[in-house]
Amino acid sequence: MSILIADTPQTARRSALSIVDVSKAFGKKFVLQGIDLDVAQGEIVSIVGRSGCGKSTLLRVLSGLEMPSSGHIVVGGKSLTGLNRAARLMFQDAALLPWRTVLQNVELAAPNRDRHAARQALTHVGLGERANDWPTVLSGGQRQRVALARALSSRATILLFDEPLGALDALTRLDMQALIERLWDETGFTAVLITHDVEEAVALADRVLVMEAGHFVLEQPITLPRPRDRTAREFVDLRERILSRVLQS
Amino acid sequence: MNLSRLVDYFLPWFLPLALMGVWFVGSRSGWIPPQELPAPGAVVRSAIALTKSGELPHHLGTSAKRAVVGLAIGGGIGFLLALANGLSKWSRNFSDSSVQMLRTIPHLALIPLVIIWFGIGEEAKRFLIVTGVLFPIYINTFHGIRSLDPKLIEMGRVYGFGPWALFSQIIFPGALPSILVGLRYALGLMWLTLIVAETVATDSGIGYMTMNAREFLQTDVVVLGILLYALLGKLADGTVVLLERWFLRWNPSYRHA
Repeated sequence: MSILIADTPQTARRSALSIVDVSKAFGKKFVLQGIDLDVAQGEIVSIVGRSGCGKSTLLRVLSGLEMPSSGHIVVGGKSLTGLNRAARLMFQDAALLPWRTVLQNVELAAPNRDRHAARQALTHVGLGERANDWPTVLSGGQRQRVALARALSSRATILLFDEPLGALDALTRLDMQALIERLWDETGFTAVLITHDVEEAVALADRVLVMEAGHFVLEQPITLPRPRDRTAREFVDLRERILSRVLQS
Repeated sequence: MNLSRLVDYFLPWFLPLALMGVWFVGSRSGWIPPQELPAPGAVVRSAIALTKSGELPHHLGTSAKRAVVGLAIGGGIGFLLALANGLSKWSRNFSDSSVQMLRTIPHLALIPLVIIWFGIGEEAKRFLIVTGVLFPIYINTFHGIRSLDPKLIEMGRVYGFGPWALFSQIIFPGALPSILVGLRYALGLMWLTLIVAETVATDSGIGYMTMNAREFLQTDVVVLGILLYALLGKLADGTVVLLERWFLRWNPSYRHA
């Protein structure tokens, strides 16, 4: 069920997720200020910005864990009132249950606890052999792969990544980026990826947004063909352009 | 390799066996006077005689029943209270500071009051054991729930877990290591309380049997009673260790214990 969408113009695609004039305040402090964003189905949108710019809060609002102070989130044509059932949130910490085996961790997310689907998802992320291991014996990268399998087996159509690769070493991070791209290509999920790594954003996203003090200050479409060559001039130019805007803030 | 495993296995037995050996040799040579500490043979003989007469099974059964019932009631109350206070802010505000205050009272100091309230029947002993085991279970369960990784709860919510799934899949297994520590601690207090309760005012149980034997200078029975307490305590503790090994086998620090 590979969906190739890189060539279709964005306007032609249905919207998976819309943020309409969303603000979020904690006490008197506004963390998000009048955010508008439309994410098309199958699109990967990446948000970069300094710590504390509000990007994690935006993701929590998108997942339904936090309610916006004003404005609303539209998912599949409906305004979000509680948890976002179509979306799964992935953190820097894989948040696996240590008292369940790898397979059981994936299973608990699958519809009807479908063991077969869980096993398939594990094989998909290359961990079919580790199904009966305890999460405590896995490496950081492997744990994130299990978390990815868990999100996929839940048949979520939207994946919200909150710096999921932030704690991994550089080599593992490259592997994981390639894995995410492959899974995206195969299953066609919609993704919002928050990262502090501009290169990661340019490598994976269809669109990169720079966030500063609760609103977007730059929107940069990335139309380079996939898989992207990180040494190509266009890639490096885009990366530098976005990075210099992040550093201005 | 094989030899070192054999040593690992038998090393814990060395100290108790050596003590037995000293006791045996000391009694045989007359170095230990029998009126102060009877010979191992005498203790075994009185154990056999008391078993045949039915006295020992009777006292043992009474003590065990008291211990188990007290543990079940006290542990249950402590567990439920900790659950309520661990999960509900309102409940925590309402009762936690009172519980923390009560737990600082040494429960054996209640004996005079307990005798006035309940007399010297089963209720008095049960009450003492309940107050002894309640607090260690409460404190450890409460701590286990409060120190759960909030990310795991959030994960459960994102995956649409209902309240029961949150409890059975995340909260309870997450708190279990602490709960079992509390249980081990509670078992220690359970036997301690039982010994004291059975020596104060009673007509059955191992404590009574021991106290009664003291009146008649039957040191062999006294020693038998003490050894039985040690055995029962070790048995209870060993059971919890087995529970830990099974339920916490996911945890690397328990896997090879």
